[in-house]
Amino acid sequence: MKVAATIVLASLLIAAGATLRPLTATEIPSAERRSGYTFMGPDTKAMQDDDTANPGMLGVLDGETLWKRKAGSAGKSCADCHDDARVSMKGVAARYPAYDKLLGRPVNLEQRINLCRARHQQAEPLPYEKHDLLALTAFVAEQSRGMAIAPDTTPELEPFVAKGRDFFMHRQGQLNLGCTNCHDDNWDKHLAGSAVTQAIPNGYPIYRLEWQSLGSLQRRLRNCITGMRAQNYDFGAPELVELELYLMARARGMPIETPAVRP
Amino acid sequence: MAAALINVPKKAKRGDIIEIKTLMSHIMETGYRHTTSGKIVPRDIITSFACRYNGEEIFRADLFPATAANPFISFFTVATESGKFDFEWIGDNGFSETAAASITVE
Repeated sequence: MKVAATIVLASLLIAAGATLRPLTATEIPSAERRSGYTFMGPDTKAMQDDDTANPGMLGVLDGETLWKRKAGSAGKSCADCHDDARVSMKGVAARYPAYDKLLGRPVNLEQRINLCRARHQQAEPLPYEKHDLLALTAFVAEQSRGMAIAPDTTPELEPFVAKGRDFFMHRQGQLNLGCTNCHDDNWDKHLAGSAVTQAIPNGYPIYRLEWQSLGSLQRRLRNCITGMRAQNYDFGAPELVELELYLMARARGMPIETPAVRP
Repeated sequence: MAAALINVPKKAKRGDIIEIKTLMSHIMETGYRHTTSGKIVPRDIITSFACRYNGEEIFRADLFPATAANPFISFFTVATESGKFDFEWIGDNGFSETAAASITVE
């Protein structure tokens, strides 16, 4: 009986340790957070800093054209409702993913654009990771450049942030890694030749030199998940949006750099 | 939806050395890559770039498959007189784009 009680007690302690430890994992203290920019070499920094050298700006330019172009059977453009993006879209990317009342769940910027297309323009959704959606997202997000990330505070979002955090903290895949094992515990080290960085998503869509194109945060997340040899998720999957939500909460207060350049 | 970004100083003193920066939107597909089914992705690159300053060619470059997407070309020239820079990119599949920028030389 005494032995059984000890085993029960021990297993309770282990269970408590197992559930508590991930939740109290070494999250990066606010003052030590660094944008991916600070890990880059001087050449890549110079590329991002100069709007005529930053290839992400080509996407932003195309996005501006798309913003004014009429689409769908409603025959409306983004500008017909939202007018000048420099005013109406200022700060929007700093707040996303945001809560959508109709869906009852968070949506990221790409999904918001496609919801707008479906609900107000009666247009086909733009496919994920294709140039048009990336360009439009980059144009909208660029309006928040320099603004501090200020996540949506809708109370309904809390469980989704918690799920995203859970995803970040839990080990998964054949390599049995969690995002936290690299991005919280080893961000000051290197993986092969590359800096590990802190997973601060403050410049998306980014122009990634490795991709030779603009790409979304979800593309980056899927890269990491593949790297962990874990089961991947489709673009727009709720799991990825929840992870985005948590990452933005983690980056609260850091300035938006869209369109950032990353190596 | 090709677009170019050009950076030419708006004003310069006569005799100044000025930097001209150009960025052209292009995928620069090498022609060496294969699809998952083994088919070659056909080459699609910019093959030449030229810049004329008031009609006179001051810079020319030939581009090859090793060039990264969205080629960024930067070069220097001497500001001699007010006028116009004309840029021209020519490439595979009939790709042809132009851009222009003006400068005031005092």
